[in-house]
Order: sequence, then structure tokens, then C-alpha cells
Amino acid sequence: MQTFRFAGARLPAEAEAARADVRAFLAKDREIGGWEPHRTTWTSFDAAFSARAGAAGFIATGFPEAYGGKGAPMLVRFAIAEEMLAAGAPCGAHWVAERQSGPQILRHGSARAKAEILPRIAAGDCFFGIGMSEPGSGSDLAAVRTRAVRDGDGWRINGAKIWTSNAHRAHYLIALVRTGDAGASRHAGLTQFVIDLSAPGVTTRPIHDLAGNHEFNEVFFDDFFVPDDMRVGGEGDGWSMVTAELAFERAGPDRYLSDIRLLVSLIDEIGAEPDRMEAAEIGRMTAHLAALRRMSASVSSMLDEGASPVTQAALVKDVGTGFERMVPETARRIRRTEPGPDAPGDYAQSLAETVLRAPSFTLRGGTQEILRGMIARGLGLR
Amino acid sequence: MMDAPDIAPDAEDLGAVVAEQAARLFERRVDRDTLAAADRGEWQAELWAAVEEAGLPLALLDEDAGGVGLPPVAAFGLIRLAARHAAPVPLGETMVAAALWGAPLEGPATLAPGTAPDGHGRLARLAFGRDAAQALVHAGGSRAALIPLAGRRLVHDRSLANEPRDALELSGLPADAIREVPGLGPDGFAPHGALIRAAQMSGAMDRALEMAVAYANEREQFGRPIAKFQAIQQMLAEAAGHVAAASAIVDMAAEAWGTEDFDFAAGLAKSRTGEAAGRVSAIVHQVHAAMGFTQEHGLHFLTRRLWSWREEFGAESWWEERIGRRICAAGGEALWPAIVDVTAAGARA
Repeated sequence: MQTFRFAGARLPAEAEAARADVRAFLAKDREIGGWEPHRTTWTSFDAAFSARAGAAGFIATGFPEAYGGKGAPMLVRFAIAEEMLAAGAPCGAHWVAERQSGPQILRHGSARAKAEILPRIAAGDCFFGIGMSEPGSGSDLAAVRTRAVRDGDGWRINGAKIWTSNAHRAHYLIALVRTGDAGASRHAGLTQFVIDLSAPGVTTRPIHDLAGNHEFNEVFFDDFFVPDDMRVGGEGDGWSMVTAELAFERAGPDRYLSDIRLLVSLIDEIGAEPDRMEAAEIGRMTAHLAALRRMSASVSSMLDEGASPVTQAALVKDVGTGFERMVPETARRIRRTEPGPDAPGDYAQSLAETVLRAPSFTLRGGTQEILRGMIARGLGLR
Repeated sequence: MMDAPDIAPDAEDLGAVVAEQAARLFERRVDRDTLAAADRGEWQAELWAAVEEAGLPLALLDEDAGGVGLPPVAAFGLIRLAARHAAPVPLGETMVAAALWGAPLEGPATLAPGTAPDGHGRLARLAFGRDAAQALVHAGGSRAALIPLAGRRLVHDRSLANEPRDALELSGLPADAIREVPGLGPDGFAPHGALIRAAQMSGAMDRALEMAVAYANEREQFGRPIAKFQAIQQMLAEAAGHVAAASAIVDMAAEAWGTEDFDFAAGLAKSRTGEAAGRVSAIVHQVHAAMGFTQEHGLHFLTRRLWSWREEFGAESWWEERIGRRICAAGGEALWPAIVDVTAAGARA
């Protein structure tokens, strides 16, 4: 009767308990670590922060205890993640490992991969990059050309990946590579491997973003050897695994909270007595935020129950990243502060950071146009 | 009453059963002729009788008080459902008035916007005022009065959808017509009316999106259905995002019914849903093109209501200003905890 339902998410008591704990941890850690929330986001790489968060038990709570986790429901991780984002904690080092690589290895990895890697992810000292995009294959992920060929008890990989965040300081990638023919569907013949970035045969080249940050890299494989027990999932299962992985990646709080600290800082910049226009725009953004939090929690809840809300997840990311793009533009309309990386005051700096990062919000993890194509499919238009 | 069953029926199951009945009722009873007649100002007595007979106006009222006592999400779900069909009856108003008054009401009721302190003053824009048997009026503070409308002279006015929106002049009330209503504040029924209209907008948008998707799959241009064009797909996907956000936030606010977060939640819902209504109506009209702009096509029964509902009980900017003042007064660091609390208000209730 309704096109898409977002049933109410009831976060279990343990999620609310974890929320209180992580709030207390972050308040203290901000002093210890000296991080500045208005300058940091979930992509800020801070290995020391991740190590402290891991030691305090806030990373990979969903892993079984044998692998360093707590066997907690997914909604516990949801509560911890959204609190870290809302606090502006620099979670970039462990983010990908915890959000998607670890869960993939847990579900589909070999005994060795699980034993060697998962406890380190939970401890906050093992970081991952995403090896999906290639120079010739961005939105069209099925066009992957990097190839793995059987060689004894493993595989030889040749090719290149691009837009790999943190490849120069992460320990591993999970790479999607071609091991067979694409077939009529174009989705066959793809397999995922854990790539040890310290092994010979893999090199990285930095790509600086428009603000001068070095986060992206191009990664080259030159007869790179990967043992078969670092294969994740079956040969040829790569496409379906990546599709499932992206559903998890899409609906999380990182898809609408990327610039929450700008909003916080904007509210403080305005002060307790806003004029009519300031009040209305803050109110409008608050309403967007509330709807998104509800949608995101609802999808996490559905995933927790084993459902596969692919279209709802795409909707969260499309609407959420659209909101992220709206925040700095709205801020500019109501305050006349010029953004400046070195300007005095949190607000001007936060606005500078956000304006320069904003283009990535609607690109990473699937462009807004690709997502809308998926939503259109869900609506029955394709 | 029949013998009480041994086990109380699960409230959620009951909600699903009532929703199914209501869906069939509106499907059967609301057609083009009904809507066209309502557009000419004709009260749809048979439709209302069926709605009453199905017990829908009692959905939100506690069982102890003679109501059905559905969970608020399910009760507001019925309002959403009625609006999918643009049902031209004050179901939301009557349902909410009964729940606030704490008793079943005779006949259709309406909820007066504004305040008549101690029963004095002019109240404008009463939905279906001329057709309603009584009006619930905010008498100031946490007091409300239930006023029979039979024999009263109302000044007729109408909405963009040609629904009656009539004005009522009050010059005092008998003391026994006034009652304390728990949770009622200085804004009167603005929050309650806001959530009724938000739920209605959510339902009407959902249906309008369905119509646009169906039309895009049928209508051929350049040798193929226009649904195959990416430009159309992208527009309708954007509309789906607004429809989804509206649906989520209406459920959120309905869950907050009866909690201290309700006014805040209802305001958020009205803001987000009203904004969505503007975008969604623009997109569905663009997809339906000239045909959808005609009287002949049924799309306007939904979109004219969207344009009127978004104005009522506080348009977006009215609520946004209030919400913004509250958020700014609390300071930036209080934003996130406020969002967490309001989006889970029902879970704590």
C-alpha cells in the first residue's frame, strides 16, 4: 500500500547503553587526543584514535568474542558509529575495516584470514582500503579489468585500482578482480581477495584531492601473488558480494552526518537569539536530519533482521548525501562569514573544510545518479 | 459487548486488520464522482457513514474510553490511507478530536485552528465546518471546548482543493463545555493538526508517485515508454526520496503521540512533509505533462490537496522558525542528543 516503508527502529537496551558509554569515552578522548571536532570527520585518519577506541571496546562490537568483538547486534554498532560521527571523532583509519571489510571476511573469509585479521580490526590497529574502482571502471563497476590468474596455491594479479582511500597507510585492501569471463550478465567472473599492502608486487601512487589532501591513491599490481586462503568468498561470487556489501555501506549514518559538525558550529555561530531567517533555516535542516536519522536507523534495523532493503538503502544515501550538500550552501545564505582554512573561529574553518569536501559526498560509494537509477529500478521504471 | 476473548488481540495485528478494511472501504467508496461532487461543495454523507460504521474515527481513542486504542502509528496510518484516495471527509480531525476529548463523538467533528480565549473570538479555516456536527476549540491554556455546530452561522470559505474551510464566531461558552486536555499547550491544536496534515500529505504523495510511475510506464514518446528515459527516472527517484522521508518522519511523530516530545516531533514532520509536498507535486505534474494539468485527469484531486494541506496548522516556515529558535537556544552540542531523543520518542514511551 505504501511505496517504501521505513518501520520504526527500536534500538535495543544494549545499544542505548553503548551510546552512553561511547559519549563518555569521546568526551574524555577529545582532551587526550587533542582532536578538533570542527576539523575532523569520519574520513580523518588518526591511527592513535582508532587504537584508543579499539582498546576501549568500541570497534567491531558485532564480531564474535573469539575474534575480539562482543557478539553484539548490528544496532549496537549503529549507535556507536552515529555517536562517533556526531562528535566529529577522527574515525577514518578504522572506518572501512569495521564497516565493510571485516564483516565480509567474517562472513566469507578463510579460517586463516579470520584468525589473523579480525582481532586486529577489533583492536583498532588494522586498516583497510576499498579496491573496487579502476581507471576504466568507476560507476560501471562490472567493467573491472584487473585480472587474477591461478598460480600454484594462489593467484597472480595484474592491473590497477584507483580512488583507493588510505592505501598508503592501510594494511590491506579487499580488491574485486576478474577471474573469469563476464558472461551475458556482465556480472560473472569476478572474485574478491584480501591484498596485503606490505607484500611485494603492489605499489601506490598518491592522488591529491582539490584541497591538497592526500587520501586517494592509485594502486598497481605487478604479478602480485595472493595465496588462495586470502580469497574472500567463492570464485565468481564477487559481484553478488559487492552488491550486498554496498547495501550495508549505503544506509549508515556516515551518509548524512558528514558535515554535522558544520551544523553544530553554525548554530553556535548564530547564538541563542537567531533572526527569523536563521531560525527557519536551522529548523528546516533539523527536520531533514530527523527524517534521515529515522530512515537510517530503520534500514539498519531491517538489515539486522536479515532483510535486504536495497532500494531503501539507496534512498537513504541519495537523500542523505543531498542533505550533506545542502548544509554548507544553506549556512552561506544565513551567515556572511567567509570560509577560510586559517580564519579565526571554528565556524569559518569548518565551512572551509566542508565546502572543499562537499563534491565527494555525492560521489563516493556510488554517485547520486547511479543511486537514483537503482531507486528507479525499485519503482519499476527500468 | 461480546464475551471478552481469553487473549487480548495483538494491537499490531488489529491495526493491520483495520487498515485492510479501511483500504477496501476507500477503494470502493471514493471514485471520481465522489471527488467531483465534493469539489462542488457537496457533503459526502454516505462515505462518512461508512467511515463511522467501520469505527475509523475511534482508532486513536483509548479502549477504556470507548475507542479502538490502536497504536498511534497505525491510527495515523488510517489518516494516510484516507488521503491516498483524497477522501473528502474529516477523518483525521474527528479521530484526533475524540482522542483529545477522551470520548467518542457524535458525527463528524472538526479541529479549530487558533485560539478562542475563554470561548471568545473568531476562529477561521475550520475544515468541513459547515458539515461537521461539532468543533473542538482551544479555549486557552490547556483548556478545550466541544461546541455543537448545528444551527450556528458559519462564514463559508474554501481551500485550494475546494474543501470547506469555514469561520466561526464565538461569544462565550457555557462552563460545562470546557475541559482540561492533558498535553494541550499555548499552540492549541497546531501540533495535532500539523500531524494530521503531514500524515495526509504522506498518503497523497505516495499515491501521486504511484500514478506518475504508472503513467511513465504507459505513455510512449519517441517510440518508447517515457519511463525508459533517464531524465524521467531521475526525477521520479528524487520524488521517491521525498516520499520516503515524509513517510518516515510521520511515523516518527505518530510514535511520539502522548509524549512530551510530541509538539516538537509534529513540527518536524510538518516541516519535512510540507517541503516534500512542494517537490513531489512539481515532479508528478512534470511527468504527467499537460494531461495532468486538466480537470479531466484525476491528479489534481491529490495535488490541490497537497498545496492546501501544506499551508494548514503551520506552513513549513512557521514550524521551522519555532524549531530553529529552540535548537539555537539550546546550543550546537545539544542538536544531536535532541535528534536522537525525538526520533526514538515512541521507543521510550
